[in-house]
Amino acid sequence: MLKKLKHLWHLIRDLSGDNAYEQYLKHYADFHQATVDTPPPLSRKAFFKLWQDSQWKGVKRCC
Amino acid sequence: MNKTIKSIFWALVALLGAFALAGIALNRGESINALWLITAAVCIYAIAYRFYAAWIASQVLVLDETRATPAERLDNGRDFIPTNKWIVFGHHFAAIAGPGPLIGPTLAAQFGYLPGTLWILIGAVLGGAVQDMVMLFVSTRRNGRSLGQMARDEIGVIGGTAALVGTFLIMIILIAVLGLVVVNAMKHSPWATSTVAATIPIAMIVGFYMRNIRPGRVLEASAIGVVLLLLSVFAGGWIDHHETLRTWFDHDGLPLAYAIIAYGFAAAVLPVWLLLAPRDYLSTFMKLGTILLLTVAIVILRPEIHMPAVTQFVDGSGPIFGGKLFPFVFITIACGAISGFHALIASGTTPKLLMNERDIRMIGYGGMLLESFVAIMAMIAATVLEPGVFFAINSPAGVVGKEAADAIAKINSWGFAVTVEQMQQLASDMGESTLFARTGGAPSLAVGMASIFGSAFGKGALALWYHFAIMFEAIFILTTLDAGTRVGRFMLQDMLGNFNKKLGETSYMPSVIFTSSIVVAGWGYFLYIGVIDPNGGVNILWPLFGIANQMLAAIALCVGTGILVKSGKLKYAWVTGLPLAWLIAVTTTAAYQKIFSTDIRIGFFAAADDMATKLASGALSAEKAAVAPQLIFNQHLDAYLTMFFVVVLWVVLIDMLRLCARYLSGKPVLKLSEAPHEPSRLVENWVRD
Repeated sequence: MLKKLKHLWHLIRDLSGDNAYEQYLKHYADFHQATVDTPPPLSRKAFFKLWQDSQWKGVKRCC
Repeated sequence: MNKTIKSIFWALVALLGAFALAGIALNRGESINALWLITAAVCIYAIAYRFYAAWIASQVLVLDETRATPAERLDNGRDFIPTNKWIVFGHHFAAIAGPGPLIGPTLAAQFGYLPGTLWILIGAVLGGAVQDMVMLFVSTRRNGRSLGQMARDEIGVIGGTAALVGTFLIMIILIAVLGLVVVNAMKHSPWATSTVAATIPIAMIVGFYMRNIRPGRVLEASAIGVVLLLLSVFAGGWIDHHETLRTWFDHDGLPLAYAIIAYGFAAAVLPVWLLLAPRDYLSTFMKLGTILLLTVAIVILRPEIHMPAVTQFVDGSGPIFGGKLFPFVFITIACGAISGFHALIASGTTPKLLMNERDIRMIGYGGMLLESFVAIMAMIAATVLEPGVFFAINSPAGVVGKEAADAIAKINSWGFAVTVEQMQQLASDMGESTLFARTGGAPSLAVGMASIFGSAFGKGALALWYHFAIMFEAIFILTTLDAGTRVGRFMLQDMLGNFNKKLGETSYMPSVIFTSSIVVAGWGYFLYIGVIDPNGGVNILWPLFGIANQMLAAIALCVGTGILVKSGKLKYAWVTGLPLAWLIAVTTTAAYQKIFSTDIRIGFFAAADDMATKLASGALSAEKAAVAPQLIFNQHLDAYLTMFFVVVLWVVLIDMLRLCARYLSGKPVLKLSEAPHEPSRLVENWVRD
């Protein structure tokens, strides 16, 4: 039961974008090798700004 | 053994569905329980999803689960992200389901519950869901390109331009009609107006919270917002009872319309994080929560439907909008049955998240079925009202008369029982001064919802439920208004960018202000005319919106059919060709009648001529004579707009047919623009694990 609730909570976080930053960090760790020249990942605030702006390009809501 | 059980199960679902459908279709005289509508709907959706959608997926589109989707190939962690199918389903559904499926069925209930219900079910299963699924598929195979781009790549420049211009115009009309619905819900209602007004600062607080106080904590911020929204419903009641405060929020239609126009402009110019994004979170949560609550309430309560199956208004004399059952029920209910607007979400936005092609059936087809179900619930909420009450709320003063006694006499003469006292009692139960002529569908839906919620969860708080429902409708109508104005602005900037590079920059302030002004002026004009029109405006704007929306659907289906034929699947082209033919018949007939009908309640020119004659002979009251020239101009404009829509539609259709004919006779045509096949690594990993 508790496991299912946890799963649901994850689903809600995924859906709402609540964990978008965590996913970005994961994506960053998976795709960007840490070398001297790679820039560090964005801060939570900077990432959220970028993410929110990219969410509202194009048709997002309909009748 | 297992197979036999499955067969028996599906046979039983089919039987139950057929039984429920026969029950609602053949029932005459006595009232029928809403549960039958829900049963019929669920069975039909289940059968269609299990068999028709599965067949389209495997035989017509030939979904390939080993093929990498654009989200996998172009994964950039921002807009292209391979995402779990339930998450994509949630995003897709939240994007497609706006106020349309709530308003359309409410207005179409004037024909009785049966025609609208049948169209919602059949239209969704054979038309809307197919369109959404096919669009999602073709866009996924083309790196998530938009409908306009695909129309240009696959059919030609004409098709592409038509899709672009069509989208822009439909946006203008949609926003105007939605604005009108909100204005009609707030007119002389301090409670509704103050609650709706409160949603603006609440959205700003939420936006500020998730931008600056706790960046990115979307759920926390939304929870705070939802609590504040519920409080604002209570606070609205308090303001309504306060003698001086209530006068601040007690307004005519026109000042409210100006306020909405000013608000729309501000929302398009302000940064998204301050107003649009947080409002959208709130509206999505409210929308999902309220629809869930309504389903639960209907299942608990099992209300009786009081509207007759079919009313006398199928002959075209309906008070809410003029026009016969065919074609107008199919125009009035677009969203919920088939909506061209969805093609814009199904192409461009959703494909960029798709992890695997096999999810297309659930997201494209399934998402539309859920929206259709929302439309069925709106139909139930409208038809559980006593028909007399329903018509008293929804009939404009221009049709039934301004005085309560006149309106009641008129409605009684149609054979629907209702009294002045009954309407007064209902209005005071709902905390309103009057419910007469509250056109647009929102107030009657709110009364329907309030009575369902009230009966299911306690009768005491009808006025609270009513204003909760109004707030719920207003918040996502305003979200569509904000988002639509912004999209219109982007489209206009994109177009102007071809002529002047500077104007095309989305962050160049003079261009932002200039293009936003044009878009807002566009819908602001139609909203203004709608408000000053004594017939309520909805009767003109909603059919215009329906025609535009169906036109867009027809363009999408043209693209789908063209691609099917060019892929050598002529024998399956009927899958999109059949709904296309139906939409062509419906929109062309409706447009023809709106232009050429001599009935002044249907034909634009007829209405303009009639008013001009009356104006010249001095038969109009001073009040009506003052606005008559503007109304006459508007009727002409609407007629030309309708003509434009139908010409665009036929141009795209003929272009598509020409392309198919060339292909079939072996002549060269534009090549399929499908991205080449790349095997999916996600599936390999998944198999290896």
